[in-house]
This record gives sequence, C-alpha cells and structure tokens, in this order.
Amino acid sequence: MATLVLSRPATTAPRTITRATGESRAVRWTLISIALAFLALTLVLPLVLVFTEALAKGLTTYLGAIREPDALSAAKLTLLIASVAVPVNLIFGVSAAWCISKFTFPGKNLLITLIDLPFAVSPVISGMIFVLLFGAHSWFGPWLQDHDIKIIFAVPGMVLATTFVTAPFIARELIPLMQEQGTEEEEAAIVLGAGGWQTFWRVTLPNIKWGVLYGLILCNARAMGEFGAVSVVSGHIRGVTNTLPLHVEILYNEYAFAASFAVASVLTLLALVTLALKTLVEWQQRRASTDLAEDDSPLERTAA
Amino acid sequence: MSIEVRNLRKTFGDFVALDNVSLEVPGGELVALLGPSGSGKTTLLRIIAGLEPADQGTIHFHGEDATDQPVRERQVGFVFQHYALFRHMSVFENVAFGLRVRPRSVRPSEAEIRDTVMSLLRLVQLDVLAKRRPSELSGGQRQRVALARALAVKPKVLLLDEPFGALDAKVRKELRRWLRRLHEEVHVTSVFVTHDQEEALEVSDRVVVMNQGRIEQSGTPEEVYEHPKTPFVYGFLGDVNLFHGRIHQGRVSIGEGELDAPEWAGAQDQAGVAYVRTYDVELAPAPSGASSLEAVVRHVRAFGPVVRLELDLVDGGRTIEAHIPRDRFDRLDLTKGQRVYVSPTNVRVFAEPS
Repeated sequence: MATLVLSRPATTAPRTITRATGESRAVRWTLISIALAFLALTLVLPLVLVFTEALAKGLTTYLGAIREPDALSAAKLTLLIASVAVPVNLIFGVSAAWCISKFTFPGKNLLITLIDLPFAVSPVISGMIFVLLFGAHSWFGPWLQDHDIKIIFAVPGMVLATTFVTAPFIARELIPLMQEQGTEEEEAAIVLGAGGWQTFWRVTLPNIKWGVLYGLILCNARAMGEFGAVSVVSGHIRGVTNTLPLHVEILYNEYAFAASFAVASVLTLLALVTLALKTLVEWQQRRASTDLAEDDSPLERTAA
Repeated sequence: MSIEVRNLRKTFGDFVALDNVSLEVPGGELVALLGPSGSGKTTLLRIIAGLEPADQGTIHFHGEDATDQPVRERQVGFVFQHYALFRHMSVFENVAFGLRVRPRSVRPSEAEIRDTVMSLLRLVQLDVLAKRRPSELSGGQRQRVALARALAVKPKVLLLDEPFGALDAKVRKELRRWLRRLHEEVHVTSVFVTHDQEEALEVSDRVVVMNQGRIEQSGTPEEVYEHPKTPFVYGFLGDVNLFHGRIHQGRVSIGEGELDAPEWAGAQDQAGVAYVRTYDVELAPAPSGASSLEAVVRHVRAFGPVVRLELDLVDGGRTIEAHIPRDRFDRLDLTKGQRVYVSPTNVRVFAEPS
C-alpha cells in the first residue's frame, strides 16, 4: 500500500485555511498552558511534596516511621482487607457483567443502576449504612452481641465497607467490553458442543482477561486507599483496626508530620505502581482490540 | 440426514418472524433460504440449530424429534454470518475446539485431533495457515476456517447464515463455487441463508423463497426462476417489469395496449398486474398487433453482450426496463429519444389484491 504524503512542498505560500477542527496557535497554547499549570499545581506538586516532607527529617526517621509496629500492622490490615474485598468483587463483577451482557431479563436496567450505587453515594454514607445495620443500636446489633460477633469497629466491618465501595470497578469495566463482543463466539462454542463452564473458561474469559486485569488493578488501588467508609466503621483502634490511610490521618493529627508523610509515601508509591500497571494493561487491551477492529474489515486482503 | 420442520411459529413481541412454516430438506441436499431482510430466514435457521426456541411447531432430524433437544446435543454445524471465530485461538485451535470440549470418554486422542484438524484444513486449503490468528486472515479465509470448524464435529446438518454476506464480490463468487464443490465432496445436508438471489440460484439444489415469515415457494432453481408461483417470487428473482391494468375475459388491458392472459378467461374486469422479465421484451420500430405498447427510449447502457434500455411508456408515463441482445440492438439502431414499440413475449398476470 502506498503511503500518503501529507507534507506540502516548501515553495508554496503558507495556506490561510486551517483544518476544520484546528485552532489558532494562541488558543492552542493558552489551553495547553492552563491544563499543564493545573496539573502541576494539583498533581505534581503534592506528589513531590509527599516525598520531600517524608524525607525532611532524614532517611532514618523515614524508615523508622515505616517499620514502626503500628505502621506495620496497618499495612498488614490494609493488605488483608484488599485480599478479601478484591477477590469477592472479582467474582461479583464478572458474574454481574456476564449476566448483564449475555442475557436479557426483567430488572436488568435496575441491576446496572444498582451496580453504580457505591460510586454515587459518599463513602462516609456507605460506612454509616453498615454502622446502622450492624452497630450496637442497630437491626442486627442485639443478635450479633448475643452471639459475640463483632462487625463494627472490627475487621469484618472494614472488609464489608471496602467491598461495598469497590464493587463497581470490575463490573463497570467488563459490561461495555462484553456487550461489544456480543454472544456469537459463545453461541459458536455451544453449537460445537461446549458446556457452560467450558464456554466460560475457554471462550469468554480469554476474551475479557485484559478488562478483568484492568478492573482488578483499579479495584485494588481503591481498596487499599479507601478512607471514608473504612474510617466510619473502623473505630481507629491503633494496631488493631487501623489501615494505612487511617494511620496517616492519626499521625498527622498528632503532629508527627514526617512519619505521617512517610506512611503516605508508601501509599503514593502504591498508586504509582498501580498507574504503571494500568498503563501497561491499557496498552495490551488496545492491542487486543486492534485485532478485533481488523476483524471488521476483512476485505483488503485477498483470499487465497 | 434429512431435516423436517413442521408448522413453526415464532414471534418477537408483536413481530411475527415465522408464521406457520413447514419445510422438508431431504438428506444430502444443499438448500438455500432466500428472502429479503426481515423475512424470517435467519430465525428459521437459528431455530433449526437450536439457538432459538420456537413458539410452536416441531423439528425432526432424520425422523427423530429434535424440537426439545439442546443445541449442544443436536450435532449441527453452524457457520455464523461474521464467522464468530475464537479470536484468541489459532486457526488450528479454532477447528480443534469442537473435539477438545468433548467429555473425556469420547474425546479423540491428541494425535487423532491433529489428524482430523489438519485434514479439514487441507480440505479448505488453509493447512499452511494453521498457526495464524483469525485477525491475520482475510475474510474469505476466515469463512473457510469457520466452515472447517463446523465440519470438525461431523455434524448431521450444516447450517450457514449469510455465508458470503461480508465478503466482496470477487471473493464471494469464488467461495460460492468452492462451497458447491465442497458440498459435493462431504455431502452433508446443508441449509444456507442468503438475500442474494444469484447466490441462491447458483449454489443450491433447492431454493426456498421466504417473505414476511412465510414460505412463498420452494423448488429447484429452475422451477422458482422460470415458474414463480407468487408475485413476490416473480419480483424477487431476476429483473422484472410491472404493468398495472384490468383483466377481462382472458385479456389484460394496459393503457392502449392489450396482452393475452389465457389463465384469466373467467375474469370480469378485475384489477391485475402483468409481470414481464426484462429480457422477455421484444422491441420493434413499428407496432405489431394489439400487444404493442408505444414507448420512448430514455436511456441506453450499451456495454457487454446485453444492452440495457430504459423506456418511457407513452401511455401512462411509466418507465420500464428492457434487456436485449447486442445484435438485435445494433439492427434496431436505437438512440435516446427515439420512438419504439414494446411487445412482451412472456407475461404472467396476477390479480391485484383488492
């Protein structure tokens, strides 16, 4: 195929007509500068600040703040919560996306709306819901007390709150993807004699794996960084019900700035790793979808 | 393996996709379901496959009731319009899929799978591309992979949904001939859906013409083309001119002219439509009898062995199309704006529904 050469010969006079969607140089640079200034102020500056503040009193203080028992226990709890919330949401997200995109049933739109609910309400409200449900003076409170089960101000409540807040990530990522892919490949598999599980493992899942991974990364990032909902149900018991974000807050309120920023920097690093992973997955996903796009234009190449 | 469809009915909400459809496909035949979009042909195919349940009616495979048999037990091969190849698998794995998902007790060994798949890929002339991904193939190649994949499970019947729909004209023609030859080789009962009359007439043993959820006519390509039973079939197969007029005692009057319609000897001043194929039109410089209609040449497309003319009927102002052989055209020496007399040589008259 010949390449189209778009550069014009140097001898011709500059054209007065620009591309229909093009803007004048002044407008372009103004817009770009505003965007860059905004980014610098709201994203880059805080990022730099976190690390400078964290290291303000030297590396020893920094490492000390991270290695401190309360910080370690907060990190452990954060990992524990994520390790429950993320797999639960993986199962929920994939099955919700599966039934929404591959079947029609009454109440489907309601389900789609409900999946978005955790995004729509403030995380603090999400936390409150669980306090109202399982707290001492709640519906289930007396029963739980009788059976000596602690949910609020304990790890189970924090897991619940985190799971609730992070529920939409994977489903939201998969629904459009699976809707776009349609049901033809699944139908083909079933006609060929595959059962439901075989179809899912061999046909559906490989087609959505990058979407699943993308959703997982975002879900995990939010699960580890969640503050509002967890804060309400945690009770802030040091070394017991403190996650990393809560620990940062406590340290900050105690004027232990360097330590607070040190712990925050761990979370920030986590965010940066998440971003890098996310970019990698997006890149893979785009590659997979280019394959898909080529599927739609089969006419260029001749049949043998 | 024969297919027998009895009194099938299917509705989607208020839309009647299939209205009491009965159809028999003898074993080993290649049958085309032909019709415009919305005629129910794809729905019929999907119901035969078991991908869609019917509201009423039964389906028998070789005399056995298969109506309530789930898709995966029906042993049909289905080729989807957009192929539906598994995009993350190689060509080889696509074809092997149907064998690999079998329960362990009836699953062929790895070596047997290899042999089966490779011989199928040789059959569709794609053995050299076994390791490619579907996205690396052309449309025609994907179509053949889809066919090989469907054939791998040794289906009782092969069902193809618009098998050439997404291909360009040239590849389409090649594949058409190729499908015909393949069918002669493997001889599995096959049904394919198409909206392209040329495709249906050229490839199939039998054509089933469908319209608005009903079967209009079914027969050999010659039968349906030469002896259409309904106005719809007449209009759908081949180019045709319509003359609206009145039928009276075996004659149809169209403007000033009159045509013979012996099968309507008993008709008393009834509204009717005369169908005349574009090549069943005789052109003459002078009127010849009562059936000559006066016309003016409006447009001439004179390339190839057949010359296509657009003619404005002087009486009634309708435009008709005439296809005449090159030599005839040369003798008449027609040009735009010239007066000419049209006499239909083969007319089929249908009463107009009142």
